[in-house]
Amino acid sequence: MQQFKHLLLFIYFISGFTAAAQSDVAVPLYEDFASFQKSVLQPESNQVRLINFWATWCKPCVKELPYFQQLHEKYPELPMVLVSLDKKADAKGRIARFLAQRNITIPVVVLADGRANDWIDKVSPEWSGSIPATLVYNRGDQKFFETDFESMEAIEATIDIQSLIKNKQ
Amino acid sequence: MSLTIITGMLISLFTLNAPLAPTALKPGDTAIDFKLKNVDGKMVSLADFKSAKGFIVVFTCNHCPYAKMYEDRLIALNDKYSKMGYPVIAINPNDPTAEPEDSFDEMKKRAKSKGFKFPYLFDEGQKIYPQYGATRTPHVFLLNAQRIVKYIGAIDDNPNDASAVKAKYLEEAIASLQAGKEIIPNVTKALGCSIKVKKA
Repeated sequence: MQQFKHLLLFIYFISGFTAAAQSDVAVPLYEDFASFQKSVLQPESNQVRLINFWATWCKPCVKELPYFQQLHEKYPELPMVLVSLDKKADAKGRIARFLAQRNITIPVVVLADGRANDWIDKVSPEWSGSIPATLVYNRGDQKFFETDFESMEAIEATIDIQSLIKNKQ
Repeated sequence: MSLTIITGMLISLFTLNAPLAPTALKPGDTAIDFKLKNVDGKMVSLADFKSAKGFIVVFTCNHCPYAKMYEDRLIALNDKYSKMGYPVIAINPNDPTAEPEDSFDEMKKRAKSKGFKFPYLFDEGQKIYPQYGATRTPHVFLLNAQRIVKYIGAIDDNPNDASAVKAKYLEEAIASLQAGKEIIPNVTKALGCSIKVKKA
């Protein structure tokens, strides 16, 4: 019993320690769509990139994160970014912890501009505003997917990843 | 002659086989009526509201954080506008096998705990939401008495904080409708949860 107590204390200590270490990790926060567009989206830049809009509270978004992670590991040369639509305060540590716990290493930013009606069309006129949603830039060509994916293979097939990889080279 | 017949047959064959694309409603379109089960077990249609001047049809659900943020505002809207002839009609479009929190039993519990005075209907078999073109929860369709769509979109411009709302899109649309003025904007977009469909 005493040993068990010690073990519990030990686990408590370790988990508290890791949580504390990670809680300092802030992710870039954009409270204004214009600055997000300029620094992250860069729609005019002739880029190749995959941008996934998600939130910690969105179950289908969280479910598909590992599939995007698998894609990230398979094609490390493909630039990807996760855009969290969580609260501003979550950028300070919660998002980084949430992703670390799930071994997600794709770069992430938080977009917390509440005036969604003003900017949803600027991401894509095709977007109604539901998440998950994925935007793909392929050298001036733009595709938008307001859907969730069931596997990494489904992402590869639907988004035509090979074309992105070819154009990235 | 025979060629014409064959061509005609081919054309009709293709036309018949063409999948019926779900047509999203736009302002000016006429929305269909429905007969859906309410949380009290009774079936509800828009036609039941004989003296209504219009309807605030809102696709919403239990599980979605954005839907939850608007629950109290829906209650307040219904308190204010059902008296004026514009009742709130809430419809849960989600498939409970894809999202168990949105089952009919869970809907009944939520309606009771929140004290919904408006119908909270279950789109069983997901037949109605595609005919409106709802894509997220919450998603509002303001109709007039003839079910002509007057406004589609968000309730207001601030899901997170009701006290910090700057534009009350829906209330402004109702005011313009009542005054016989043009509704601007008549379409808005908002963040929300995707409608949950059972995966094959």
